[in-house]
Amino acid sequence: MLENNRFDFIIDGLKNTFLITLGSLVLGVILGVIVAVVRSTYDKNHTHLKKRGGISYFLMSILNKICQVYLTVIRGTPVVVQLMIFYFIIFAKSDDGIAVATFAFGINSGAYVAEIFRSGIMAIDNGQFEAGRSLGLNYIQTMLYIIVPQMFKVVLPTLCNEFIVLLKETSVAGYVGVIDLTKAGNTIAGRTFSYFIPLITVAIIYLIVVMILTKLVGILERRLRNSDH
Amino acid sequence: MTTNETLIKVENLQKSFENVEVLKGVNIDIKKGEVVVIIGPSGCGKSTFLRTLNLLEEPTGGHIYFEGNDITSKSSNINLHRQKIGMVFQQFNLFPHMTILKNMTLAPIKLLKKSKEDAEKEALKLLERVGLADRASSYPSQLSGGQKQRVAIVRALCMQPEVMLFDEPTSALDPEMVGEVLEVMKSLAQEGMTMAVVTHEMGFAREVADRIIFIDEGIIMEEGTPEEVFGNPKSPRLQDFLSKVI
Repeated sequence: MLENNRFDFIIDGLKNTFLITLGSLVLGVILGVIVAVVRSTYDKNHTHLKKRGGISYFLMSILNKICQVYLTVIRGTPVVVQLMIFYFIIFAKSDDGIAVATFAFGINSGAYVAEIFRSGIMAIDNGQFEAGRSLGLNYIQTMLYIIVPQMFKVVLPTLCNEFIVLLKETSVAGYVGVIDLTKAGNTIAGRTFSYFIPLITVAIIYLIVVMILTKLVGILERRLRNSDH
Repeated sequence: MTTNETLIKVENLQKSFENVEVLKGVNIDIKKGEVVVIIGPSGCGKSTFLRTLNLLEEPTGGHIYFEGNDITSKSSNINLHRQKIGMVFQQFNLFPHMTILKNMTLAPIKLLKKSKEDAEKEALKLLERVGLADRASSYPSQLSGGQKQRVAIVRALCMQPEVMLFDEPTSALDPEMVGEVLEVMKSLAQEGMTMAVVTHEMGFAREVADRIIFIDEGIIMEEGTPEEVFGNPKSPRLQDFLSKVI
């Protein structure tokens, strides 16, 4: 069955790997920004909010707790287990493995990205925040227009590395029946009883993709260093 | 330029950090058009006092009335009041990821709902006034310290504030750049802008201030016209302070 289009099979696997990686990166970044903003807002302001009391302190405490639980659970369990829980339990009715895998990796990546972003937010000089507030911007506007754009610049290289890690992590997508690059190689190996060529091919493809991405991150880092705006 | 209309009224203002009492009950009225210069030894609470005026530091006691509204009350919306209280920082705090023009138009566009064209036109007019119209599309990192601070001043002016707060605006500048910033502040004062200035520039204080406030140990130790304060200081603390800085 695979005789003549083994290579196409691998290419389709690579496409799925890219699809899952990109999709979960987008989800992870969105989730990461939200969690990082909640966490750093709470860290910076909770004593002040507590004194004022009222609904905003209550709300922030709850949000912060939810984020903390999320970070602890996701970072404290293996991604394969999370993936299987999503596929076989939470979305048991869905048979779209790629969508579920994207979602699962996105939720997973969000936890790591959130901590990257949080360190980025903490690295921005507090004067930036004060300048925004002194103009009359509210907290959210200051975050949105002033802090978050600067944070992205600070964390961009780290974020790209997270992207590379994510790409490799998606190799466990085969556990839930998704034909990603790894699964494609493994399938060919299983059918032909020859492991060497398919697995080495898969490894080389990962290596080439990662090397290209690493190179791009390097260029990006240099350009960020050279321009100070 | 001073009028009789009170713009900011401060009543028994207190501020503590943890267990350190920085302000121990400050009372002051700032009239519309008045230029108040705040002096005092470092660590006396003068910057903290200035920063409580727009609630960058939340007071732990007392009241601040701005245009008659108690901005320390829980029900007041500080963001609306801050639009009318411009602030200039020691470290400039320009937004490094935006051009000078964007730095200046961000708040007017987002908060005053001005069109981009109008906001840019007004910003350019202000930049022209401080001699920086040709830097509109530069980024802050491409400017000298004095230029940055002039931009920071006109950025605050873009919101058409009722009062301007200056927190040691020349302390981070190289000596040769201090003059250009003080010139801008002087011309603002002459136009009738209400100003509260924390500074170590005694020459500026003497020349421009309507009133000088000497803060020490968390209270206003002495206040008066420049002639009174510099010519005839009463408290020993002020005499001692002046002997060190002049």
